[in-house]
Amino acid sequence: MTSKAPLVHLSHLDVLEAEAIHIMREVAAELERPVLLFSGGKDSIVLLRLAEKAFRPGRFPFPLMHVDTGHNFPEAIEYRDRRVGELGERLVVASVQESIDRGRVVEQTGPRASRNQLQTTTLLDAMTEHGFDAAIGGARRDEERSRAKERIFSFRDDFGQWDPRAQRPELWNLYNGRIRKGEQVRVFPISNWTELDVWQYVAREELELPAIYFAHEREVFERDGMLYAASEFVERYPTEEPFSEWVRFRTVGDMSCTGGVRSRAETIAEVVGEIAATRITERGETRADDKVSEAAMEDRKRLGYF
Amino acid sequence: METLDHAAFLTDEAAATELLRLVTCGSVDDGKSTLIGRLLFDTKQVMADQLEHVEETSERRGDGYVNLALLTDGLRAEREQGITIDVAYRSFVTPSRRFQLADAPGHVQYTRNMVTGASTADVAVVLLDARHGVIEQTRRHTYIAAMLGIPHIVFAVNKMDLVDFDESPFRAIETELTELASRLDVRDALAIPIAALPGDNVVDPSERLSWWDGGTFLERLETIAIAGDRDAAHRRFPVQWVIRPMSDEHHDFRGYAGQVAGGEWRAGDEVVVLPSGRTTTVAAVETHDRALDVAVQGQSVVIRLADALDVARGDMLCDPADAPVVARELEAIVCWMSERPAANGARLAVKHTTRWTRAILDEVCSVLDVEKFEQVPADGLALNDLARVRLRLAGPLLVDPYSVNRQTGSFVLVDEATNETVGAGMVLSAAP
Repeated sequence: MTSKAPLVHLSHLDVLEAEAIHIMREVAAELERPVLLFSGGKDSIVLLRLAEKAFRPGRFPFPLMHVDTGHNFPEAIEYRDRRVGELGERLVVASVQESIDRGRVVEQTGPRASRNQLQTTTLLDAMTEHGFDAAIGGARRDEERSRAKERIFSFRDDFGQWDPRAQRPELWNLYNGRIRKGEQVRVFPISNWTELDVWQYVAREELELPAIYFAHEREVFERDGMLYAASEFVERYPTEEPFSEWVRFRTVGDMSCTGGVRSRAETIAEVVGEIAATRITERGETRADDKVSEAAMEDRKRLGYF
Repeated sequence: METLDHAAFLTDEAAATELLRLVTCGSVDDGKSTLIGRLLFDTKQVMADQLEHVEETSERRGDGYVNLALLTDGLRAEREQGITIDVAYRSFVTPSRRFQLADAPGHVQYTRNMVTGASTADVAVVLLDARHGVIEQTRRHTYIAAMLGIPHIVFAVNKMDLVDFDESPFRAIETELTELASRLDVRDALAIPIAALPGDNVVDPSERLSWWDGGTFLERLETIAIAGDRDAAHRRFPVQWVIRPMSDEHHDFRGYAGQVAGGEWRAGDEVVVLPSGRTTTVAAVETHDRALDVAVQGQSVVIRLADALDVARGDMLCDPADAPVVARELEAIVCWMSERPAANGARLAVKHTTRWTRAILDEVCSVLDVEKFEQVPADGLALNDLARVRLRLAGPLLVDPYSVNRQTGSFVLVDEATNETVGAGMVLSAAP
C-alpha cells in the first residue's frame, strides 16, 4: 500500500453512498427477482436516488413495491405516484385492505387499532404472489437495538422469519446472495447510515420529500405524550380532543401509529438542525409500535416484519 | 444533559467529514462495553429515551450506578445470558469525524466475529486491563488485527483508576505493546491510558493522568490519517454489472459498473480485461450524471471502454503493466466460521470480488494455535480455526496477495449444500 497524499477526498456520505450502490448492484446480479420497497418515506426516497446512481442510464433491474396500509398520509401517496411517474419505473401496490377483504388478516378495532402489524402478511403474500426473492428496504442499524446486529443481507426462511443466531457472516464487501427456492432475503443498503446521514444526503442531493416532513399546521390529538394526526383512520377516546398545532413527521408510517413532533422547521436545513439537536431517537419519539415491549422490534422481525 | 451544537451539522464541512471504521476487541472484563457506552455518552450520542432505558435497567439489575455498558445491549438472548454473541454495528459522530464501530465479542470462541468486524476496519481498538497488562487475549487480538491488514491499532489501556492512575505500570505495558506491534509488522500502533468507567481520558482529558500528554482516546480516533491507506498503486476494477439500456436515447451505451478495488482510474488509461486478456483503453470514468477526472479505491462508478469487447460480471479491468495473477491455485489463510468442520478434499463455492467459482480444499497445511502462536499440523478445519490452506480452483480467480490489496486478496467460502458462508480467506500467494 502506498502512503502518498490522497488524490480525492471522500466524505462519509461519499463512502456510504458507494457502499449502498455496490450492495444494490450485488442484489440485482445475484438474486433472481428482487423488488425495492418504496413507501414515499425519506429512507426509501434515498434508495431510489441510489438506484438511479447504480443503474442509470439503464432501467432499474427490479420493480418498486409499496405495502399500502390504506391508512397513509395522503401527501405520501401523492408523492409516491408522482415520483414513480417521473422515474418511469414499475410500481406494484400490495394492499393491506385486500388482505383484510380476503380474510388473510383480521383488522384490529378500537382507538388503539393499527394496521402496522398486518403489513407483514401482506408483504409476505405479495412476495410469494409475484415470486420476489429479495426485498430491498431502507432500514438502518441506528433505528433500533436489534437492528444493530442484523446483516445487510438478512435471510428469511420459508415463513419469512429472521433467526438472529443463524446469520451469515459478512466480510469485506463480499455478500453471499445464494438462497434456495422459497427462501427470501431482505437487503438493507443503507444499514450503516444514521438519520442524520440521511438528512445530510437529502440536502446534498436536493431530494424532494413529501410535505409532511416539514412543519405545517394540522389537526392533532395527544396520546401517551405523542401527537397523532386526527383522521378518519384513528378512533379517539372521548378525552382526546383534537386541536390545531404546528408539527412535522419524522417517518411516514401508518397514520394510526406515526406521531408528529411540534416544530416550526420548514426547510431541510432547519429540520437537520432540529434532528442534530434532538434528544430522543427517531423511533422512540414517534413510533408507537416499538413501545409495546422492550423487545418489540425483535419479536416482529422474527415473524417476518421488515 | 447537554445537547450537540446543531449548527455544526449544517455546514459543508460537516457533510464532508470522513468515515472511520473501527473494530473494538476485548471482553466484558476489559470494560469494552463501558468504553463504548462512555464514547457514545460523552460525545452526546445518547438520546433521552435510551438513557432512560439504561437508568431503569441499571436500577432493576441493582448495578448501583448508571451502567453505560447497557447502551450496547443487543438481542434478548444476549441480555438474558449476559453475553455477547454477535458483531454489533454502531454509529456516532463528532464535529470532525463520522465513526462506524463494529463491536466484536472478545472470547476465544468468537474469533470469527472479530475477523468479520476487522475485515472492513481502518482502526482496531484493542482493550487491556491495566492491572493485568498484555495477556494472551491481547496478543490474539493484535495478531488477528495485523492478519486482517488493519493499518492502525489503538491499545486502550483501561482501568487506570485501579492502578491509582500511576504512570509506571502503563509505561511497562506500553513497552511490551510496542514490541508486540513491531513483531507483527503493524504500521501504526499507539497505547493510550484511560479509565472508561469514571470517564478519564476517553473523550475528556483527565487531571488524574496529568503525566500523559498523548491526547485523549477520542482525539486519537479523530486524527488518525486514513485516506493514505487506500491502495492507489494497483489499478483493479471488478465488473459488477453491465449497463446496456439499448434505448433510443442510449442506443450504443455500454457501461461497466463496479466499485474501484485499487488504483486511480482516468479516461485514456490502458486496460487489460481479465481473464480474457484483451486490451483497450478507458473511454470515460463516470457516475450516472457526470464524468469524473479520476476515481479511487472505494468509489462506485461506471467505466466505459474504447472498444466493444465482450466484458461480463466477474471480469476484472486492470493495469496491463501490473495485472493480478489469473489463479487456479491459492495458498491462503482461512478463518473457518462454521460449526460443521471441513476435511481435506472438501468442495466449496468461492466468492472473490464479483466472481464465483468452486474450489477443492487440497490441503490444510497448519492451524494456528492461538494460545502459543505456533502453527501446528492439522488435517481439517474446525470452527474459529485460523489455518493455512491450499485451494485448487475450478475456474480462474484474479487475485493479489491480501497484503497488497484487501479487496482483490480476500474471498469467502460457501457451503453449496446449505448456502451458508463458512469461511473467510486471505490470499498469501497464487499460481496459474
